[in-house]
Amino acid sequence: MSFTREFEIVGGDFASAGRVSTEIKAMLRGIGYPPDVIRRTAIASYEAEMNTVMYARRGSVRLGLEPGVIHLVFADEGPGIPDIGLAMQEGFSTATDEMRERGFGAGMGLPNIQRNADRLEITSEVGRGTRLDITVLTDEEAGR
Amino acid sequence: MTLADIAQRLGLEVRAGADHLDREVTGGYVSDLLSDVMAHSEAGDLWVTLQIHENTVAVASLRELAGVILVGGREPEEETVKRANAEGVPILVTPLRSYEVVCGLIGAGVKGRAIP
Ligand SMILES: Nc1ncnc2c1ncn2[C@@H]1O[C@H](COP(=O)(O)OP(=O)(O)OP(=O)(O)O)[C@@H](O)[C@H]1O
Ligand SMILES: [Mg+2]
Repeated sequence: MSFTREFEIVGGDFASAGRVSTEIKAMLRGIGYPPDVIRRTAIASYEAEMNTVMYARRGSVRLGLEPGVIHLVFADEGPGIPDIGLAMQEGFSTATDEMRERGFGAGMGLPNIQRNADRLEITSEVGRGTRLDITVLTDEEAGR
Repeated sequence: MTLADIAQRLGLEVRAGADHLDREVTGGYVSDLLSDVMAHSEAGDLWVTLQIHENTVAVASLRELAGVILVGGREPEEETVKRANAEGVPILVTPLRSYEVVCGLIGAGVKGRAIP
């Protein structure tokens, strides 16, 4: 079994933000993954989707399903992350006042992804964009 | 304790997701920071917040929360109501503030997780 599907994400489109992750979650549930796997994938996907909406001009996510593994690859065109180590620290955020008023900018998104994914790889080029490779293992023994 | 029972006891008004008030409430979470709710809420929690915009719906739906209570007399934005109805997320409103809502929830028998 192997399956891939790609979704577009529009930067700045707060009204639609979260829809892609909601759709991905519904798909995973339809396939019948364990609840814990669905929960962890949904959290990681939502945080990456929101970051794309908040910081990038545009982006996409490719969902890949293989036996035992869920892959999410988020790639965006945007400002990039100058210091990934700093961005990974809980509490660090460059969110605008407007975003903060809406409850974003706790600086918890990337740490949430790290906690829920079995593997996270971030690559970024300043002025060009950011790519997140997220892996969630789906075998119950591999879960946490 | 269902959402309908809680709505009645606390005098909450329903603004969206009226078809899902039979949901069991198993805990609560109070926060206005969306990533905090993503990280630390649990499925079945009732989320107490003052955020009225549509992004709360995705959070409640993805985390499988029982519903959302908007405090301090705040009303959900129109888009929030639409999306909440579409995704089956109950939204209830009250003039009470967060602390009073929490007191009401405890009085109704919704226990905090750390409290035995
Ligand atoms: N795709 C991205 N493009 C550019 N910068 C990003 C991207 N994702 C994250 N960042 C940077 O990393 C910081 C930390 O991201 P993180 O998701 O942890 O927190 P946040 O988005 O600021 O707040 P929260 O996720 O809690 O609402 C962001 O403030 C931003 O500066
Ligand atoms: Mg974020």
